[in-house]
Formats: sequence, structure tokens, C-alpha cells
Amino acid sequence: MRKTLVISLVAMLTIMSMVLVGCKSSAGLTIPIGVNAELTGDIPAVGASCKNAALMAVKEINDAGGLDIGGKKYTINLLIEDDGGKADQSVSVTQKLISQDNVVAVIGPNASRYALPAAAIAESSKVLMISPWSTNAQLTIDPKTRQPMKYVFRACFTDSFQGQVVAKFAMNTLGAKKAAVLYDVASDYNKGIADVFKATFESLGGQVVGFETYTTGDKDFSGQLTKIKQSNPDVIFLPNYYNEVPLQIQQAHRLGITVPFLGSDSWGSQELIKLGGKEVEGDYFSTHYAPDIATPVAKKFVAAYTTAYGSVPDDIAALTYDSFGLLFEALKTAGKVDRQAVRDAMAGIAHYEGVTGNLQFKEGSGDPIKSAVILQIKNGKFVYFATANP
Amino acid sequence: MKITKVKTEEKSNARGVAWYLRDRWEAIANNRLMLPILLMVGFVLSFGIPQFNLVNPYVQIIIMYIGINIILTTSLNIVNGYMGEFSIGHAGFMAVGAYVSSLLILYVFPRSLVFLFFPLGVIAGGVVAALVSLIVAIPSFKTRGDYLAIITLAFLFIVKSVLENISAIGGPRGIVGIDKLTTMPWVFFFTVLSLWVIRNFIHSNYGRGVLSIREDEVASRLMSVNTRQVKFLAFAVSSFFAGVAGALFAHLLQFISPRVFDVLKSTDILIMVYLGGIGSIAGSILGATIYTVLLEVLRPLGMFRMVLMPLLLVFLMLYRPRGIMGLRELRWFVPIQDLKFVKRWRRKKVVNDANSAS
Amino acid sequence: MYIIQQLINVLQLGSVYALIALGYTMVYGIIRLINFAHGDLFMVGAFISFIVATYLKLPFIPTLLISMTAVAMLGVSIERLAYRPLRQAPRMSAVITALGVGLFLENLILVFYPYPQSVPILLPTIVWNLGGISISFLQVLIIGLSLFLMLILDLIVRHTMVGMAMRAISLNKTIVPLMGVSVDKIISITFALGTGLAAVAGVMYSQAFPVIDPYIGILIGWQAFICAVVGGIGNIRGAMLGGFILAAVQIMVVAFLPSTYRDFVTFTLLLVILSFRPYGILGKPSMEKV
Repeated sequence: MRKTLVISLVAMLTIMSMVLVGCKSSAGLTIPIGVNAELTGDIPAVGASCKNAALMAVKEINDAGGLDIGGKKYTINLLIEDDGGKADQSVSVTQKLISQDNVVAVIGPNASRYALPAAAIAESSKVLMISPWSTNAQLTIDPKTRQPMKYVFRACFTDSFQGQVVAKFAMNTLGAKKAAVLYDVASDYNKGIADVFKATFESLGGQVVGFETYTTGDKDFSGQLTKIKQSNPDVIFLPNYYNEVPLQIQQAHRLGITVPFLGSDSWGSQELIKLGGKEVEGDYFSTHYAPDIATPVAKKFVAAYTTAYGSVPDDIAALTYDSFGLLFEALKTAGKVDRQAVRDAMAGIAHYEGVTGNLQFKEGSGDPIKSAVILQIKNGKFVYFATANP
Repeated sequence: MKITKVKTEEKSNARGVAWYLRDRWEAIANNRLMLPILLMVGFVLSFGIPQFNLVNPYVQIIIMYIGINIILTTSLNIVNGYMGEFSIGHAGFMAVGAYVSSLLILYVFPRSLVFLFFPLGVIAGGVVAALVSLIVAIPSFKTRGDYLAIITLAFLFIVKSVLENISAIGGPRGIVGIDKLTTMPWVFFFTVLSLWVIRNFIHSNYGRGVLSIREDEVASRLMSVNTRQVKFLAFAVSSFFAGVAGALFAHLLQFISPRVFDVLKSTDILIMVYLGGIGSIAGSILGATIYTVLLEVLRPLGMFRMVLMPLLLVFLMLYRPRGIMGLRELRWFVPIQDLKFVKRWRRKKVVNDANSAS
Repeated sequence: MYIIQQLINVLQLGSVYALIALGYTMVYGIIRLINFAHGDLFMVGAFISFIVATYLKLPFIPTLLISMTAVAMLGVSIERLAYRPLRQAPRMSAVITALGVGLFLENLILVFYPYPQSVPILLPTIVWNLGGISISFLQVLIIGLSLFLMLILDLIVRHTMVGMAMRAISLNKTIVPLMGVSVDKIISITFALGTGLAAVAGVMYSQAFPVIDPYIGILIGWQAFICAVVGGIGNIRGAMLGGFILAAVQIMVVAFLPSTYRDFVTFTLLLVILSFRPYGILGKPSMEKV
């Protein structure tokens, strides 16, 4: 009796799956756009910001009647998928969005370690992909031909710029002669920016006295931090994500390390302050925009986001909003809902005024030229400190 | 006599549908022509589906994943099911196969002839994985059970760590941009090949040796079973196919990194083996299919998917501890001699019982 | 100086590993089951202390006691519901069930707390600086509490009736009921003790590393399992030894070699140890009855 129950249950589920997967809904004039975000996994706050901004951007357009393409009004059908904080799931999700949901473009993933594999899929499937937040230089470069990719773009600056910004800040503003770095060797973003920082800092005459690594998921850094303390640096660079940095700084303080800490744009989430509390007070990091010195365009976005979600938008939300802005611009210019046309139109955008500043795209490259800002954590808030121009 | 006859007729009428289906199933199961027919159908479908897009591309990818999982499950079944060991390192062999084949096809083989060299690359991945398995097989001579589990676990971590430290092959970031060479015909071919080889291995003398090691290692050694050789072979065959599956996986996903082949992946394969049934090839096929399909079907549930799956697994283990198929095997896979032997043995038993009763 | 600082790190990490390894080894010694849900029970202990500290705002000792009791009760119910029915089944089924229970716990907590959470610090953050070496009060407490609990456990196993029953069951399970001892009761007590220790480890861990998420149990669970086996599974002193050995290897590798080699060296060393002493350092080869 039980056996027949189990077998019939399984059979039912299998049939259901075939049916569900087969049906595709199509109603009116809609454009499917896919979002690949880190909704679960190790950095869910990043995915949440991305999702919120995406929903907001699409809602604005749909409430205004839809996007005007070639004379017709299209509503945007937003498909949000979770890459679960896993690189292989990021790839399968991208494949699903492209092959099954037939999206015209994919926005995301945000973290470089999930964006790089997904980019390879987008490039080989010839579908436009815009990563809002991935700063690793490798994202837009084809690993086999070493040429820039044709279908992968981003809305943020690259780490080749950001690493230099932080190194120059450490040397010139903080007056550091010796620096130490603790980074995640298993993650593209952390490793990439650590390498650029080291190269720049040394070329400016400084000395990198500690260059320690750990693997994603480690919680105990006492061994590496004790080694760094031994080498006596003036400043410690932690280009790591918001869930790891509070632990690292806390353990460093417990070991008696008192020098300032520097970070990169991966610090930009409010979760960092929630998890770090007093420990992160006074430290600096580089990022994409500062909510407190916003331009009129940015102020409008900040107000709308705060009304809709009750919190100040972080850089991921702002960049996602800009990614959608770029995509809508490209769709309008293309005049038709076609993957190749959209891509060509995107490549043709030379200048875009976004929430995160002026984006300038050069011919043949998916990387915009933008400025960075340095923020400081003061009284539990991100406060603007300086701007760094390319 | 008349009365009893009427009674049995009534009984079979009352259970009508169930008995009818059972009879039909008996007829199908006993018909040994079914297997070649199914293979032909599968062969035609594997070319037809991608060509005419009978199902959408996403479902095609799922079908290919099912094929790869079948290879993984059946190969792990040799060591965990038939031999009764506890190996958690299967993902490590998969990783070796994936990396070796990807590197060969990306850098060593001539780029223009890539389609011809793909099967060669896959087999090369399997061979290297089999060679690496010798490292695990040697400690298995002295240790058993839980200690072997540790050794295979340590092996998994070592492979992961070695791959992460060699930056020439991508290090922790892995290899991006692998060509999509895995197509349905290839998956079908390798799945059938692996099932055929493993089935023949199990029903051969070596296979008997494997089963005897599970039941009682010391006794089998006394019965002149060369346990060392058998263990070597079992590990080698198992990891060869794990390597093959890894190579197919790499060329389907188009991306591999050390993080993909971690303990969670090994656990997944382990669950598939125990779900379907230890010591049964049909069980492995069943387990792999059900697990893969269920995970995809339950995707709309979001986070509750991974809460429901383990719960279902626990319930299954409580009510059928040996998996769905248990130790039973589909009759198509069992060689005719074995079936005939069992029939003869049963007949003898009935005669003996009748004799001792009278 | 540097070495002594690293040694203190070793003692701290080793105590956490040892506490968890003890739970593994106790359960294995009695029913020959590797309870793969143990790492996740550790994580549940950490989360319970987080919930109690954040919402009930209780100080350290009540939080610790509540967490221990709750996890012990959870452990006993898991044993009653999931492991007891499988005592006659092949061992592997019980192991798979344990894996399933572990996954279930992880994902259940994930549903409620998808974001990493910050645990309120319940202990005074005093750091003593003795000639260049920093020791915090927390570190001293972790090491002290762990050693104290291990001593108590050792006492229980060696000098009480319950302990004697536990040792008897691990030697020969079938005879014990004939002697008038309730096997079920003893096994439940063992689970309660083992999982209670894991809860203590969880609470201390969450105080030492105050950012917790549902995934902390997996890696630590497997590492503690390795500690238990290296020390000789089923042997309580072996588990403690194994815990400190693993911590020592991990931290010393980071201290003196490039930190990327850590996992590689750790596990290779493990394999070497196991190839010389296949039953663990303090383990006894179990006689296989032919």
C-alpha cells in the first residue's frame, strides 16, 4: 500500500514537472528581462539590494505605460532568479534565463566570482549581459582570445582603477609606508584587487609587508593576523565581503592591532555596520557613490528607494538602477526587441548620466570610465570623505 | 475443488487492476527483447530531440544532467553498494576527470578537430581518475568502514586544495569558457557504455568477489578471493566512470572550479545511491532520475525546497532503509544463467519442502 | 613571543574542535553511528544563544544553560525519531538519515535567518597584554571551560554507573539488557551529553566569532569528525587529543608557510598519521569475529 502510494506520488510529480516546464505564458507586448542575483548563500544582502532596485526600475517604467520601442509600448516582464551563492548554480540559472525564458538581456550577477562564469555563457550564447557591481577586470575579457568580450558590459569601474585608488589613498592621504593585505584567495574579486593594490603601492615606493590569504568560509583569522601584526604595517587592506570583514577587524583588535583598516566597494552594504558595530568605526573604503553628496538625479533615486523600502540604497542598488537605465536606453535606440540589436545599441552608448555619476563608454569596451569616492565610517554611518577621478 | 476455484477467481477480480498490471509487468520484465528495443528508441531520441527541439533547450540540459548523474550514481554504487565500503571522495575523482579533459581539449588537442577529439578527452579524464584512485585504494587494504571514509574525505580535500594552489590551471577561480561539447548523443553513449561495463563487471567473477568482500572479507580471503586485486579493480572502474562523468559535466556547464567539487557534491551523489537502492543498477538509474527531477520540479518552492528534500529522504530511510529498489535488480540486467539458476534453485526448494512435509 | 601567541590561538581553536569531536566519539562509541547532524546541532546551539541573547537579553550563564538544554532535548528527540527505528537496519541507512537530518536543520534555520547575524557579546572584552602577547578573557574562558567539561565527562564515564553502562554498551550491546540495564535510556543520556557539549561549543564559538550563519556547522562538523577519527574514534581522550592536533597543524601551517597551503598540508599529514596508525592515535583495532 505504501509502495503504491510512493510510486504514484513520484509519477504524479514527474508528470507535473513536464507539464509545468512545457508551458510558457505570453500575453500582450512584453519584454522578458532576466536578473541573476545572489538572493541566498553567503552574501544575500547584495542580492536583496539588486532585487529591490530592479523591481523599482521596472515598476517605474511599467507604471508610466511601458517602454516605447519603435513606436509600440512594451511592458517589462522581470524574471528574477537566485544563483544561491554558488558559481555552478549561477551558470545554470543564466542558461535557464537564456534558453528557457528567452530573455532579451541578463542583469547580474553582482559578485565577480559568480559573474565571471555567467559571462562566459552570455558571450557564447550571444546575449547581452550587464553586471551592476562586478569590478574584476577579467569580466569583460575573453579568456581564450584575450580580447574584450562583445556581449558583456558593466555599470561600475574596474578593479584596475579601484586598486590604484586605494593604494594612492593609503600612501598620499594616510601617509602609510608599509601596508599589509589579508584577502580571500578563492575569490576572483578579492584576489584581483589585492594584486592591483600591491603592484600600485610598491610602484609608489611603499612596502607590502604582509600578503596573507584565507579561503571563503573561514572564520578564524588569528593565525594570519598574528603574522601580520608581527610585520608591523601602518595600514591593513581588507578587500573582502561584508560578512567577513567584521570578524577580521574584531580579531585584529583582540590581538592588539591598532592601525586603521582600508576596504574596497565590497564593504558598501549596511550589513557591515550592523555586523561590525563599533569595531569598524573610523575605517575607510572606496566605493561607487556617496548617498550624502548626491546629484539631483541621485537624490530623486535615493528618495524613491527610501520611500519604497525604508532604507537608504547602497551602491549595489544604485548600480542596478543604472544598469536598467542603460538597458532601457539601448532598447529604445535599437527600436526592436532583438538580442543582437540591443547589444549593438548598448555598445553604441557613449555617455550616460546615471545615479552613480557620469558613465563614459569607450569604443569596443564594456567598461565605463567613472570616478570613485572614499567613504569613512563615522558614528555608525557611511560618510563621504574624498573623490578620486580617473 | 470447485469451490476453491471460484474463490480464487473472485479474489483476482476483486484486486482486478493491480493483478492485471502486475501480469503485464511480468510479461515485459521477462521479455529480454525489451532492453535492445529501449536502447534503439533511446538512440533515436537522443539524436532527434536536439535536432527537432522536441522539448525546450532547458529540459534538454536537465536530461543530460540526469544522464551524468546516472553514471556517477552507478559508479559509486560499485564501491558503496556492492562492496559495502563508505567512500565520500567521489567528487574528487569527478574533479580530476573534469580538469584533465578540459585542459587537454583546451590546450593540447588541435582546436579545429575538437569535435573528433572530445571522446578521447573524456576517456583520458577517466583514465587519469582511475590512476589517481590507486592512491585511495592502497590505504583501503588496511582500513575499513569509517576509517576509509576519513581517507576518502581527506583525499577530497587534498584534491581541492591542490587544484586551488596551481594557478596555471586557474587556481580557485577555475577554468572559464570551456566549449559546450556535451551533446545528448554523447551523454546517451557514455551512459549506456558505463551501465554496460558496470553491469558486466558486477556479474563477472570480479563482481562476485566484490559482493563477497561486502559480506565477509576474511571468509572471502579464505575462499581464495584475491581481495587486493578485486579492491583495486573496483576502485579503478568506479573512479574511471566518475572521471568520465566529470568530463561530460565540465563540457556541459562550461565552467569548473574547485568549489564545485566539494563535500556537498559528494553528499548529493551519496544520497542518490541510497535513494535508489544499494546494490542495484536499476536502483541507481531510478535514484539519479528521481533526485535530479525532484530538485528541478521543486524549484518554485524556493527555500522550502531544501527543507522538504532532506525530510523526504529521512522518511524514505525510515521506511525503506535499503533504498527504493533495495538489493533487487531489474531482470533485464541480470544474465540469463543467473535467472535460470535461481529458477532451478527455487524448484529444488519447493520439492525439498514438499518432501520434508510429507 | 610569536610562537606563544600562535600557541594560544591553537589552544582556543583546539578546544572548540575537541568539544565537538567529543560528541561524535561518544555517539559512535555507543551505537557505531557517525552522527553527521552533529555539526548542525553545534550551529543550532549558536543560533539559540543568539536568539536568547538578542530577544530575552539574558546574561551569559543563563544563555549557555538554556542553549545546552534546548540542544540536548533536540538531540534526544532526533535519536528517538530518526535513529532508533534504524538500529537493526544496515549502518549506511542510519548515516544517510543523519545526513538528511543535518541538511534539514541547516535549511530550516536558513529559512528564518537567510542573512548572517551578529551575536551580542555577553562577556567582558578584557584583553591582557603580557610582554607582547595578547590574551583575551574570552580565550581563557573557552580553554578553561572546555578543559573543565572534558574532565567532568571523563569522570562521568569512568566513575559513575551511567558511565559504566556506556562503556559496557560500547563493548557488547546484546549482553547489556540481560544485565538489567535499559539500553535505550543510556543511549538517550549519551546523546544528551554529546549534543549538550556541542551546544557549549556553539555558544563559545559564537562569542569568539560573533557573525553566524547557518553554514558554520558543515565545515566544522567534518573537521571535528576528522579529529575524532585521528584520535581514535570511540575514545574520549583520543577525541580531545585529535582536536588539539588538528588545530595545531592548521595554525602552525599558516604561521610558518604561505597560508594557501593550509588545507593541503593538514590533510596530507592526516593521511600520513592514519597510514601509520590506521585506528587513530589512541584507538584500539576492533576485533573482527570471523
